[in-house]
Amino acid sequence: MIVYILKRLATAIPTLLALVIASYLLMHIAPGSPFSSERGIPPEVLANLNAKYGLDQPLWKQITTYLWNVVAHFDFGPSFVYKDRSVNDIIAQGFPVTLTYGSLSFITAVLVGVTLGVTAAIKRNSWLDYLAVGVSIGAQVLPNFVMAPILVLVFTLTLHWLPGGGWSFSDPRFWILPVIALSTSYMASIARITRSSMLEVLGSNHIRTARAKGLPNRKIIFRHALKPALLPVISYLGPAFVSMITGSVIIDVYFTTGGIGKSFVDSALNRDYAVMMGVTILLGTLTILFNLVVDIVYGWIDPKIRY
Amino acid sequence: MKLILAISAFALMMGGAAPVFAQSDHVPAGTKLAKDQTYTYWLQDDIKTLDPDLNQSVEGNEMLLQLFEGLYTQDNTGELVPALATSYDLSDDKMTYTFHLRKDAKWSNGDPVTAQDFVYGWSRLADPKTASEYAWYLQLMNVANADAVVDGKKPVSDLGVKALDDYTFQVTLNKPTPYFRQMLTNASSFPVPEKVIEKFGDQWTRPENIVTDGAYTLETWDVGSKIVLKKSDTYWDAANTTLTEVTAIPIQDNDQALRRYEAGELDRVQIPAGQYPRLKKEYPDQAVSRPYSCTYAYRFNVGPKGPEALKDVRVRKALSYGINRDIIVDKILKGGQKPAYTWTHWATAGFTTPDIPYAHWTDQERMAKAKELLKEAGYGPDHPLKLRIMYNTSSDHKKIAIAVQQFWKAIGVNATLDNYEWKVYLDKLNQQHDFDVARTGWCADYNEASTYLDANTSWSDQNSGEWHNAEFDAVMKDSKTAADPQSDYTKAEQIMADQMPLAPIYHYAKVDMINSHIKGIFDKNVMNYWYAKDMYRTAN
Repeated sequence: MIVYILKRLATAIPTLLALVIASYLLMHIAPGSPFSSERGIPPEVLANLNAKYGLDQPLWKQITTYLWNVVAHFDFGPSFVYKDRSVNDIIAQGFPVTLTYGSLSFITAVLVGVTLGVTAAIKRNSWLDYLAVGVSIGAQVLPNFVMAPILVLVFTLTLHWLPGGGWSFSDPRFWILPVIALSTSYMASIARITRSSMLEVLGSNHIRTARAKGLPNRKIIFRHALKPALLPVISYLGPAFVSMITGSVIIDVYFTTGGIGKSFVDSALNRDYAVMMGVTILLGTLTILFNLVVDIVYGWIDPKIRY
Repeated sequence: MKLILAISAFALMMGGAAPVFAQSDHVPAGTKLAKDQTYTYWLQDDIKTLDPDLNQSVEGNEMLLQLFEGLYTQDNTGELVPALATSYDLSDDKMTYTFHLRKDAKWSNGDPVTAQDFVYGWSRLADPKTASEYAWYLQLMNVANADAVVDGKKPVSDLGVKALDDYTFQVTLNKPTPYFRQMLTNASSFPVPEKVIEKFGDQWTRPENIVTDGAYTLETWDVGSKIVLKKSDTYWDAANTTLTEVTAIPIQDNDQALRRYEAGELDRVQIPAGQYPRLKKEYPDQAVSRPYSCTYAYRFNVGPKGPEALKDVRVRKALSYGINRDIIVDKILKGGQKPAYTWTHWATAGFTTPDIPYAHWTDQERMAKAKELLKEAGYGPDHPLKLRIMYNTSSDHKKIAIAVQQFWKAIGVNATLDNYEWKVYLDKLNQQHDFDVARTGWCADYNEASTYLDANTSWSDQNSGEWHNAEFDAVMKDSKTAADPQSDYTKAEQIMADQMPLAPIYHYAKVDMINSHIKGIFDKNVMNYWYAKDMYRTAN
């Protein structure tokens, strides 16, 4: 197991390296510069800017300097657009916010989704099943950019219960709308996957054996059916968790949460090379990490898988 | 839970201990002020920097006007109000300004604001090491040696600024500049605290480090979430500053921002295009439309990369005549904008709009003339003119582009729409000059017509259509030394109407919802400047 984990971590390094180089090159191929603005800039000022941010160096040198700073000093450089901020600052400020509402959304999505899915499967073809399937399909087809304004309309403008945006670590009222908006579509997918895989497991031989032994239904479901039924859910959860905690631009834009999702998209639009690279590396690392976690959990749940 | 209780208890205490505001001289006698003197406004885009020497955005400048103070501020009508400069002397050759500074101005750390802080700020703006995108502002002000210093050909110490003593700041220009003092209300010309910048470097604008000389200091700055300013007690006019807290919230989506305004979370927000008539009806005391000094135009590329057809003035005129500005203003924008026939905004201080014949032609007359000109230039049904209209991604630009496409179709021009992402559009417009017709907007840097007209001189970096006209250049050169530059500006607009390097489309209006309890916001300032120190909130 340890050897397996180490091996996986070792392969992560070339993967990340390839990610960095490919992103860096793609970014530079894209037309437009971080410094172009509506007002034409005199060439001498542009030259000063390029010199300040090292863009006057040959590309290979830029990449190696960048990598050296990241590896040796954990320094992702200054933002090209937010002149008073470094990339480390931007991530340090935005990531905790995203991590908070992302984790809460993840927990909500898993709890509600699995419950809905299991209920639907056990009470197959009953009104409960139809309700659960109905709810999850409804949640699936409502993308969060539609959800967000509807939630604000209902909870802020009509009921006056919750603030329509903003963020505070100390006041949970600010968390609720972003979490609902972000978690619903994941919740729906989890419910659907759980339901179908639960149905499959319930029809399998070992469950029939358990029933034949006369085990109570509750024990069959929780002891014998749930664990194997969750395998496909878990493989979905890895990437889902990463995409939730790395933020959603929609949530950040609608609710002005100040999370990292908006920084990521804005940095691409602003050609803020440094921020874009920083967030890409963060995302890449998290993706690799959570794929590994998923594989480990797999081995733990499924006795057929051994490393 | 404990924490929340503690916080609310603290808030209650603060509320209970709120001082009874002494009526400042900005507040009319008998006004009942609200206990809560806060003001929260909307930003479309996040503030990129709070460093006066690095800022280049309109929103950034607005916020810097609250945090810092320079030689002058503006009043409602855009007239200069002495701020740090109590008086000034101008030399006979009109090239040396000597400003006498007030002696009671302090930075928020208690240090006095001195002439040296101005010298440091201006030198820092010019310094190639600062690499400021606004370094050209000094070049625009014609500060002596600014070109060479920005270019790195002369040392920063050669810049034409000097501190004669602690409270006397002298600026030398390389040519007389009639609008020079007008430019001093922009944050790029403000003093900055040398000691703090040298100590903290790039980090000096953090809330925990920043030192300001304006009516407010920086309390919180969360990128993408909010910026909070607090009243500064060290400000020389603090006794007359009523609002205690100013908050800016960036919300990219204008409709969402409007919803949050309706929920009472914002005191001011822009009205999305087309919604002004409805909101004015619903909230007559909140929806406002005021002239705002910016112009929207379609620029023709007459340079080497532009199409041959546009080099013919008859074609350019026909295209401009073919645009029905009334429809764009009345049916698309609907926010009190005005049809534009000049590049300079109509409400610009001192500007006299020349008589431009096609401005008062009827729709039929303009169309007939346009068709006639196109025919003369050799275009017609069997040889239609084909053009590309370039704009950056935005539903408003798109609506206008589609309308123009239809107007031009009616005079026999086939236009295709080229929609580019912002940065690509800028590259094509300003760097590569690779376009036929491009939408462009221009906002005044100061309230004087030259801020518009200078952009079309052959030496301007803003002249993206590469239109060069000797007569226009000569008029603009003359305006710099003329006793009455305004007649030159009128003449320059006449040349533009004759040569049509661009088709002006509309003059902007600032169309906003403003909480009716917020008073003291300027309602006539065409630069859309506002100073929180002049504002206050009335009680319900």
